[in-house]
Amino acid sequence: MTWVLALILWPLIGACVVTGLRRNDRFATLAAVGFALVELAMIIPTWLTYEPSGARLQHTSSMDWIPSFGVHISFGIDGIALVMIAVIAFLVPIVIGALGTADKLPQDRSAGGFLALILVQEAITVAVFAATDVFLFYVLFEIMLIPMYFLIGGYGGANRQYAAVKFFLYSFLGGLIMLASAIGAYSLAADELGDGTFDWATLVTVVRDAPVGTQIWLFLGFFLAFAIKAPLVPLHTWLPDAAGEAPIGVAVLLVGVLDKVGTFGFLRYCLPMFPEASKDLAPLVLVLAVIGVLYGSILAAGQQDMKRFVAYVSIAHFGFIALGIFAFTQQAAVGAVSYMLNHSLATGMLIVVLGLVIARGGSTRISDYGGMFKVTPLLGGVLLIAGLSTLSLPGTNSFVSEFLVLLGAFDTQPVYAILATIGMVLAAAYVLWLYQRLMTGPVRGNALVGAGGGPGTAMAPELGARKTIKDLGGRELAILVPMVVLIIGLGFFPQPVLDTVTPSVDATLSALNGGQ
Amino acid sequence: MLGNLAQQGQITAPQIAYDAILPVLIVLGAACVSVLFEAFLPRHMRWPSQVLLSLTGLAAAGIALAVYVSGSPVAGLTTLSGAVSVDKPALFLWGTLLALALPAILLIADRSVEPGGAFVAQAAIRPGTVQDRAQVGSTGMQTEVFPLALFALGGMMTFCAANDLLTMFIALEVLSLPLYLMCGLARRRRLLSQEAAVKYFLLGAFSSAFFLYGLALLYGYAGSVKLADIANAAAGSDRSDMLLFAGMGLLVVGLLFKGSVGPFHTWTPDVYQGAPTPVTGFMAACTKVAAFGGILRVLTVGFESTSWEWRGVLWAVAIISMAIGAVLGLTQTDVKRMIAYSSIAHAGFLLVGTLAMTDQGLSGTLFYLLAYGFTTLAAFGVVSLVRDTKGEATHLSAWAGLAKRSPVLAGVFTFLLLALAGIPLTSGFVGKFVVFSAALRDGMAPLVVIALVFSAVAAFFYLRVVVLMYFSKPSPDGPTVTVPGAFTTAAITLGVIITLLLGIAPAFALDWAGAGAFAF
Repeated sequence: MTWVLALILWPLIGACVVTGLRRNDRFATLAAVGFALVELAMIIPTWLTYEPSGARLQHTSSMDWIPSFGVHISFGIDGIALVMIAVIAFLVPIVIGALGTADKLPQDRSAGGFLALILVQEAITVAVFAATDVFLFYVLFEIMLIPMYFLIGGYGGANRQYAAVKFFLYSFLGGLIMLASAIGAYSLAADELGDGTFDWATLVTVVRDAPVGTQIWLFLGFFLAFAIKAPLVPLHTWLPDAAGEAPIGVAVLLVGVLDKVGTFGFLRYCLPMFPEASKDLAPLVLVLAVIGVLYGSILAAGQQDMKRFVAYVSIAHFGFIALGIFAFTQQAAVGAVSYMLNHSLATGMLIVVLGLVIARGGSTRISDYGGMFKVTPLLGGVLLIAGLSTLSLPGTNSFVSEFLVLLGAFDTQPVYAILATIGMVLAAAYVLWLYQRLMTGPVRGNALVGAGGGPGTAMAPELGARKTIKDLGGRELAILVPMVVLIIGLGFFPQPVLDTVTPSVDATLSALNGGQ
Repeated sequence: MLGNLAQQGQITAPQIAYDAILPVLIVLGAACVSVLFEAFLPRHMRWPSQVLLSLTGLAAAGIALAVYVSGSPVAGLTTLSGAVSVDKPALFLWGTLLALALPAILLIADRSVEPGGAFVAQAAIRPGTVQDRAQVGSTGMQTEVFPLALFALGGMMTFCAANDLLTMFIALEVLSLPLYLMCGLARRRRLLSQEAAVKYFLLGAFSSAFFLYGLALLYGYAGSVKLADIANAAAGSDRSDMLLFAGMGLLVVGLLFKGSVGPFHTWTPDVYQGAPTPVTGFMAACTKVAAFGGILRVLTVGFESTSWEWRGVLWAVAIISMAIGAVLGLTQTDVKRMIAYSSIAHAGFLLVGTLAMTDQGLSGTLFYLLAYGFTTLAAFGVVSLVRDTKGEATHLSAWAGLAKRSPVLAGVFTFLLLALAGIPLTSGFVGKFVVFSAALRDGMAPLVVIALVFSAVAAFFYLRVVVLMYFSKPSPDGPTVTVPGAFTTAAITLGVIITLLLGIAPAFALDWAGAGAFAF
């Protein structure tokens, strides 16, 4: 039993236990938190026993599944996967902790089912990052949709059915196209080796030598699936709906972790398996990435709904990550990987904080709020920290990554790098404007002063507002403080993360350039 | 010529390998005994003895099959002077048919869901008359459905082992005629049921005529009705291709009709909706297996050498079938019609596998048939449980919020729908995977991509039902979920277990399906 297997199986056991306790919300929540914290604790030995300069894949395990097709159940991690798995393990306890504070479930739903689904989602997502068999990866990639589908559709907002189905169909279609490419790669291996296999390491060595024409078709299949998942413009339209309708905790997992499977897929599958196609099509991806940065930023500034705001911010950030990956320099790629981590933290925290705002005001519309800082200074403070991390202020975690991406991209793709820099400026604008609208000025807005006083008639009921709206409580601080610590900590000491991912990134890039 | 032989007294009885065809003989024998039961047993004893006889017959046939297979038989035995070919695919199809017939018979036999069973007491009474209203309250049942089902099953088994077209035609009629009758036996909604029966009969008769006409043309072309002779004639001759392709076209239309492949599907939604649900399940699972068994054999054995000339046409047919099934399925408001359109889409996917004329294509299609049969049978089993005062509540709006009232049923149905959609860890996914990978390796990448897109489209209407069951508010006067009796429970459980098993550990079934090729 490797640590990776343990990390996959443990949340599943947790889900079973929580399901058994679903009659009692309190016990179910306690059990879920317990399981999630143990999972987080198991990251420590996993990380410590991982040697960054060691083998390409570590903590490996493998068993036969469908021998006639060369399919194995095999897991293993590289530095990139390790970081992503650590992020999930970190975010899940926070998501569970946010339930009941930032998150309110529909009245007729019990917490047990929700928490069990969250734990199942955690297990499958860990497994997706750890899968080293392409077939297994595809299977998990699709299975991953099912708990998320029920989480959005069963516990989300008013328009949840539409959002859940749209989310599912987009990803499912992308996955199917990827399956076609995976089978294509399998056929290549079968022709080359005589015996077909889906083993990732073997496929890489076979497929990379395929003619460019073949590579491009296979690349496009994988790319489409990951571009929908990531999501890149113009395949992004499901994300604002899904994130907008999902409960807060689910939105954290969706935007923070699940979408990273897309960018992770670029690095793990697209680049090493199809190096020639990646190089040939890089301009296309870069254009989409920069459009994503600018388009996402502009639309974020125009959003009226807080959750949709975060979705568009994420689309802009995913553009940055894709830019870093397809710039093909070490700095940019390391920056992109650390951006995957830092975006999860920054955006995850932003969603949780906005969730706390929404839980207080009962509305997701930005214009229903105003001057909240006077009422809830602590909440205003954490929103500022989350916002500053989102706009990549130096001293926060995101700055390092964004800087590395732009620096690395400038070497090979100066035009795109310069265009993307505009995105940084826009980020400052939309984040600060959001903060200004929510927190500064006199207390106003329907959500804070009640239906009687509309916008502009805010002075008198200020006292009334103070009575009902409380500042952060102990439990809320407990879920926010670890995030603040990590955001600031990784801003000043990014080295441990960078050291962990750099060898894996180097291996990916050298595979791209013809080395082993 | 025959007269000559008779004069000389030289007709020798053909060699018959009884051990090989024993499963078919048992099924047909049980059907005959079953008819005698109908004639001689008193009414109150018929149901139990028929159920016992049918299940025993199926079990005996299964055992005979298992004994024959485990005795490592001759690969590719033909018997009855070459009329029947007991090769590896035929054995697999027989096993599949017998295995599928078991849950189907269980569903047919169930009397707990609907008092007295899903079948009417006297089918001949005209709907809407005084006598018809009088028999609504009766709990009697037309037990002739058992011999009919057994005859149909025997016909299906012969159909997919038939090595010449004449045997195939007779088997086609043996399997079709009982099905026409069974469609008209529904206890509730008599008019719809009778309409379904008439429609199925008329269109089925047409398709049989097509088949027969095609057979005649092919006989004119090759001078023989044996598939192998037709293949030989087509391989190297200067005879008119006109006859060959016209004959083949008509023949294949007849086969595609039975497999409910679009655009020859028009009967499917109406018949699936009107027929008693257990019969619909039987038809959807077993007829599909038999029809595609026949299609596989005819195309592979008879027409492989000319495949590059007709493959393009069947490409188009496969695409049309997937498109009709997936797109029209979106607009359905009735569960049974929805599954009917889903079966049309699945027929298109099966045709994709059939068109890959390789060993992988053959084994993939066989596996798909097994997987699809169990899933769809279990799905119809679930449909039969959701009822209101007027019988089954098949309108989709009645299924809203079902998960609240009956979480187990909703969970089972969701699982089956996900299997039909081809989500991993279900048999539906493995089936799609083997079929599509075979097609891709045979150089049909565009067709596979189209098929994948239609898989995604079809996934939408399966999901719609899941959305309805889980995320919608239940209506106050919604249907109740009947607690199923032992028979229906067993049938649904069997279907679900096999769907899961073939999804998680498909290796053994894949090995069986890939055991060998057609013999002729």
